[in-house]
Amino acid sequence: MHARTAWQALAQRPLRFLTSAWPWRSLAYLVSGVLLGGFVGAVVLTLAAAGLILLIVLVGVLLILALLLSGVYVARFERWRLRLVDLDPAPDPHRAPRQPGVRAWVDTRLREPATWRELGFTALSLVGLWWMDLGVLFGALAVPVIVMASPLDDSDVTGLFFLGLLLLLPAPYTITAWAGARAAFTRAVLAPRDDELGAQLSEVRASRARLADAFALERRRIERDLHDGAQQRLVSLSVQLGLARLDAEPGSAMDRHLAGAQEQVTLTLQELRALIRGVHPQVLTDHGLADAVGELATLSAVPVRVDIRLPRRLPPAVEVTAYYVVAEALANVAKHSGARQAEVTGRLHTDLLVLEIRDDGTGGADAAAGSGLTGLADRLATLDGRMRLSSPAGGPTLLHVEVPCHSGS
Amino acid sequence: MPLRIVIAEDSVLLREGLISLLERFGHTVLVAVGDAPALVAAVTADRPDLVVTDVRMPPGHTDDGLRAAVGLRETDPGLPVLVLSQYVEQSYAGKLLDSGDGRGVGYLLKDRIGAVADFAAAAERVAGGATVVDPEVVRQLLRRRQDPLQRLSPREREVLALMAEGRANAAIARDLFVTEAAVNKHVSSIFAKLDLPVAGDQHRRVLAVLAFLRA
Repeated sequence: MHARTAWQALAQRPLRFLTSAWPWRSLAYLVSGVLLGGFVGAVVLTLAAAGLILLIVLVGVLLILALLLSGVYVARFERWRLRLVDLDPAPDPHRAPRQPGVRAWVDTRLREPATWRELGFTALSLVGLWWMDLGVLFGALAVPVIVMASPLDDSDVTGLFFLGLLLLLPAPYTITAWAGARAAFTRAVLAPRDDELGAQLSEVRASRARLADAFALERRRIERDLHDGAQQRLVSLSVQLGLARLDAEPGSAMDRHLAGAQEQVTLTLQELRALIRGVHPQVLTDHGLADAVGELATLSAVPVRVDIRLPRRLPPAVEVTAYYVVAEALANVAKHSGARQAEVTGRLHTDLLVLEIRDDGTGGADAAAGSGLTGLADRLATLDGRMRLSSPAGGPTLLHVEVPCHSGS
Repeated sequence: MPLRIVIAEDSVLLREGLISLLERFGHTVLVAVGDAPALVAAVTADRPDLVVTDVRMPPGHTDDGLRAAVGLRETDPGLPVLVLSQYVEQSYAGKLLDSGDGRGVGYLLKDRIGAVADFAAAAERVAGGATVVDPEVVRQLLRRRQDPLQRLSPREREVLALMAEGRANAAIARDLFVTEAAVNKHVSSIFAKLDLPVAGDQHRRVLAVLAFLRA
């Protein structure tokens, strides 16, 4: 197993650990920590002093503000530096400002808990961690070197050289252990909290929804192209053939050829119609969910009773998703349940579409078992919808679907 | 008798095809338009004997043609309308058949136009007040509708399906290779099983067709 953090590396076999890059990375981490601490300490002290003095002329307010926000930059550098000893990324916990511009940025940052956490971390670094980095480096490296160097002054105690060497041997472990602890603490404080991740997750969800919408739009475009193009041309062709047949002598070879050609066109039209319906059911766009599900029911091998009563048309994304959920559910009923009867009900409770698909089959359906329902659950999730499946062995099976639909969305 | 016809179809190619087809059978195409408002204007300006219209048309590119036809029949319930469609779905046909008393309407898939003589005959039947529904649409309905159609025997359902295509008893008898008397018996049995009123035979035929077109 490859180590992903300094601490995991410590647990490896000694030879492997000592020949790996981890001790050196840890050393680099601590040295950069000391340098950063010195630099930040100087800057912060200057800002604080200058800010307090200049407070009299109000320019100081800006400097104090910069001091408060300095943690943001220190933390950004700390997270970046963390990669030396921790290979997993530490995402930025900050939100993007609502508007462009410095004011909006400052406003957003000052309202975020993450900003204050980072300021606290910076203060702690300056007061404690920086010195401890220095102390560990001193104890692990400088002390053995000093011990080793002392025999040069006093030739009597050559044994001290070996003592120093002995002290130097565990240095990789000491340094890596402290670097690992320091990194764990940094991650705990500076990595985003769950609710801060929430903002990013909802962005991911929004982009997934946009993607799904783009697919739906594309399907409608394909449907339209086929309807306006190929279908109309084939119908015209059939009419031309029909008219040509009027001129051919009945029963003649010409008449037979034309009839054969016309039959081909008719079959092609039928296949094309089935294909187009699969791409996008136009009845859904034209007449809404209730009628479209009614048509699905006609095509089902198992008799289906449809009772969908909606006071208004739903947003297109909701209609399409709900339609495909019902289509998939009815397909499963026909394929697996052995049901004699199925029922689809749909109601709109204020802004919540509730669909229920039940059958009197043998039950035992499993939404996770690779059925198309899993994909539909994902599609539902993009609309903040959800579904629950109840299917005890022996039946009956009930699929309960809820989709929020805010009018105008 | 030659019919005066208004055509509404947004595909130029098909529009031209329909004009030559209908003129070939001796009818007069008053005007052929490409969108729903033009259809309404044309019919309002000069009432034809028959309207032949596409479902999907500008400006909305949904079922504008169908809605225009239904609207026209609201103001003029006797106006015969033949709708040409790419959709088997019964909700389209249902909207048309619900307009007026369901007489003098036709709903055919565009595939049927190629059988030019049958198509011309269907157009004439619609203009004469008959109800014509595409066999494919009827087949789907028969699969879906259970009651009260469940009470019908398979043979009676066949007869009903042919009635929905607007055929008279004699034509049904020819299609099923039975005597016209046998067809008459089936038709009476259908009327009885669907609880249809005794008076007005033509009207009862329409009602029987509507019985399974309505959910």
